[in-house]
Amino acid sequence: MNLFLDALAWLFDPAQWSGSGSISQRIGEHLWISLVVLLIASAIALPVGAIIGHSGQGRELAIRVSGGLRALPTLGVLTLFGLWIGIGLSAPILALVILAIPPLLAGAYAGFESVDRHTIDAARAVGMRESQIVGKVELPLGMPILVGGIRSATLQIIATATLAAFIADAGLGRFIFEGLKIRDYGEMLGGSILVIVLAIVVDGCFAVTQRLVVPAGVRATRSSELRSGPARPRAVVGHAINEGNQ
Amino acid sequence: MNWLWSNLDQVGELILVHLALSVPAIILSFVVSVPIGWVAHRSRWAHGVLLSLVALLYAVPSLALFIALPAVTGLALRSPVNLVIALTLYGMAVMVRTAADAFDAVERDVLQSATAMGYSTAGRFWAVELPLAGPVLLSGLRVVVVSTVSLATVGAVIGVQSLGSLFTDGFQRGIEVEIIAGIVATIVLALGLDWVLVHVGRLLMPWSRPEVKNVRGEPPPVVKRVDAA
Repeated sequence: MNLFLDALAWLFDPAQWSGSGSISQRIGEHLWISLVVLLIASAIALPVGAIIGHSGQGRELAIRVSGGLRALPTLGVLTLFGLWIGIGLSAPILALVILAIPPLLAGAYAGFESVDRHTIDAARAVGMRESQIVGKVELPLGMPILVGGIRSATLQIIATATLAAFIADAGLGRFIFEGLKIRDYGEMLGGSILVIVLAIVVDGCFAVTQRLVVPAGVRATRSSELRSGPARPRAVVGHAINEGNQ
Repeated sequence: MNWLWSNLDQVGELILVHLALSVPAIILSFVVSVPIGWVAHRSRWAHGVLLSLVALLYAVPSLALFIALPAVTGLALRSPVNLVIALTLYGMAVMVRTAADAFDAVERDVLQSATAMGYSTAGRFWAVELPLAGPVLLSGLRVVVVSTVSLATVGAVIGVQSLGSLFTDGFQRGIEVEIIAGIVATIVLALGLDWVLVHVGRLLMPWSRPEVKNVRGEPPPVVKRVDAA
C-alpha cells in the first residue's frame, strides 16, 4: 500500500501541476497527439472501409491487413520510425497512424457490411440512389459498429501514445520514463494511474456514444424482441435484427 | 546485416525468453477464461457484470498496467512473473468475451437433447457444450496468441527481457537491423504459434470442418436465441 501512497503523494503534489512538464500539460499533449492521430487515421481508413463494406470488394484484403497488422509489435514500429525520422513528434504520430488504421478499417467495413442485404435491396427498390443508400441506410444502421471501431482505435492510440514518450518528449508516458530513469516508483505509478484513468474515461464516453447512435427504430425493434419475442424465429421478419451485431 | 549474423545467438535466446513469457500467459488466460465465460453465458446478470469488467480491463494501456500491477501483487517491477500476469489479464479481456459467445452459440435444442438423453450438467458440459463451443474458442485463442506475443515486447521498456529488448537496444545504439530483426522475429513467432494452434485444433476437433461460407463469404452468424417459452 505504501507504493500507492507514494503515487498519491506525487499526484497531489502541487509542484507537479504547474510549470513546464506539469501533469496538466502532459495530459493536454497526450490528448492532442491522440486526436491528431485519430483524425489522420480516420481520414484514410474510414472512407476505404466504407467503400469495402458497401461494395463487398477487397474484403479479403481488408481482413488480412487488419488482422495481420495485429502481430506487428507497436514498440518495434515506434523505435524504427524514431530511428529513421529522429527525435520529435513526427515519428510517433506516423507510427500511431499506422497502428490505428486496422481497427478503424475493420470497424468501417464491418459496420457497413452488417446492414442486412434485404434492407439495402428494399432501399434500392423504393428508388434510392447508391449515395443515398450509403448515407441514409448503411451509415446510420452501421454506426454502432463504426463507432466501436473508432473506440478501439482511440484506446489503442492512447495506450501507444504512452509508449511514444520513449522516443519523444511528450505525453503522459514522460512521467513513466522519467520515473524509471531516476528510480522514482511513485512518479511511475502516478503517471500510470493518470494514463489508466484517462483511457477509462475516454472509453466510457465512447460507450455512451455507441448507445446513442443506435437508430431509434432499431432500438425499438430490439427491445421488443428481447422481451416478448416468440420462441421460434419468425419467417422472413426474423432476419431484420442482425444490425448492431448484438 | 552484419549485426544479425554476429548476434544470431542472442536473437535465438531472446526468442526462447519471449516464448517463456507469452506461452504461460496464453495458456493461463485460456484456462481461466473458459469457466468465467461459461458463467457469463449461464446468467444474464453475470454476463453484464463480467463482460463490463473485462472490457474495462481492455481499456487499460499495457505499459501502465505493467507498472501498476507490482503495486498490487508486491512483485518486483522487472519480474517476468509480473509481465506474465499482466499478459494473462489482457488475454482474458479477449478470451472471456469469446468464451461467452462460444457457449451462447451452441444450439439450445442440442443441449436439451443431451439433457433428455440423461447427461448431467457437468457431463453435458464436457461431452457436448465444450466440444461444440470448441471452434469459436479456438478463434478467440488465436487472437490471444497473436496479441500476447506482440504485447510482450512492451515489457522491454521497463527492463523485462524479451524480443522487445532488440527494439530498445537497437534504438539506443542506433542499429536499424536490430530493430527490424526484432519486428520480424516477433511476427514470425506470433504467426508460428498461430499455425501450431490451428493444427492442434484440427487434431483435437476433427468435427470442426472448415467454416461453411455463405454467399458473401461470411462465417455463419452467431445467433442468440430468445429463451424458449
